[in-house]
Amino acid sequence: MTALLAAVEYGGDFALPPVGELFNFPAFGPLAISRVVILVLIATAAAGLLFVVAFSNAKVVPGKLQLVAETIVEFIREQIVLQIIGPDGLKFVPLLVTMFMFIWFNNLLEITPLVNFPTTSRMALPAFLALLSYVTFVFLGFRHNGMGYLKEVAFPPGVPWPIYILLTPIELVSTFVLRPFTLAVRLFANMVAGHILLTVVFLATHAFLAPKFPGAIVGVMTLAVSPLAVGFELFIASLQAYIFVILTAVYISGAMHPEH
Amino acid sequence: MEGSLNAIGYGLAAVGPGIGIGIMIGKAVEAMARQPEAAGIVRANMFIGIAVIEALALLGFVLAFAL
Repeated sequence: MTALLAAVEYGGDFALPPVGELFNFPAFGPLAISRVVILVLIATAAAGLLFVVAFSNAKVVPGKLQLVAETIVEFIREQIVLQIIGPDGLKFVPLLVTMFMFIWFNNLLEITPLVNFPTTSRMALPAFLALLSYVTFVFLGFRHNGMGYLKEVAFPPGVPWPIYILLTPIELVSTFVLRPFTLAVRLFANMVAGHILLTVVFLATHAFLAPKFPGAIVGVMTLAVSPLAVGFELFIASLQAYIFVILTAVYISGAMHPEH
Repeated sequence: MEGSLNAIGYGLAAVGPGIGIGIMIGKAVEAMARQPEAAGIVRANMFIGIAVIEALALLGFVLAFAL
């Protein structure tokens, strides 16, 4: 990247590197520790530290940090779990709060000034989170409904029987294959696209405003766009964390009460 | 003719979700205008709908580079 910028500043062309290069970081330690792993550990430590410090001297009338942490927990408890699963979903609040904080802090790394790399854009993280979600709702489905869970999924009630010929394969594939896949790919693709967008905007600003490079007006335009792009990515990062958690809650609710 | 078929692919992948999100947000705005008290719940469901539909468009965009 710096070679590209140096070439532009001294009279070269502005050509973007191939997309894969934006996401590949070589391992430099044991257990394949790379920049991505260190960033995940930092984000997880930050999220965990927030909650540990907020609830270390918990008071009935909360102080400011405890209020922040309580707002997050209450948001997931009231707006997501109680509205979607109902009162018997309260035991999933810790799981959903953990997922939300993990995804949110890792997504926010995309706009953090010195980092600017969303760790959730490496497919391993969204894939593992989707696997967690999948195992949770499938296990719950079989535990609550026994073997009848497959029948509930494959033959939803209230449909005239000839439609089952078409509906059953669609329902089975949609529930057992597409749900984890789209959960993972939705988070992954949003973060990849956001990273590519920010990279193009920032690199274009730097390249077009280079001293000997023609087209400074393009550089000014991309400079004006860059705060909007960062704001948009902040919105998308938070929204994707919320969507992941609310879809997990919907799937859990569907597994526990399949009749609606 | 030079070029990459991937770019045509991800352009085409954006057509359906574009129309879908347009219709959905239009109906959400209509619902919020008809009953402003329900605006909160309509807005929450609108965001869920946007994320689900946009997943398809982004699948096209990302797979264009990965494949």
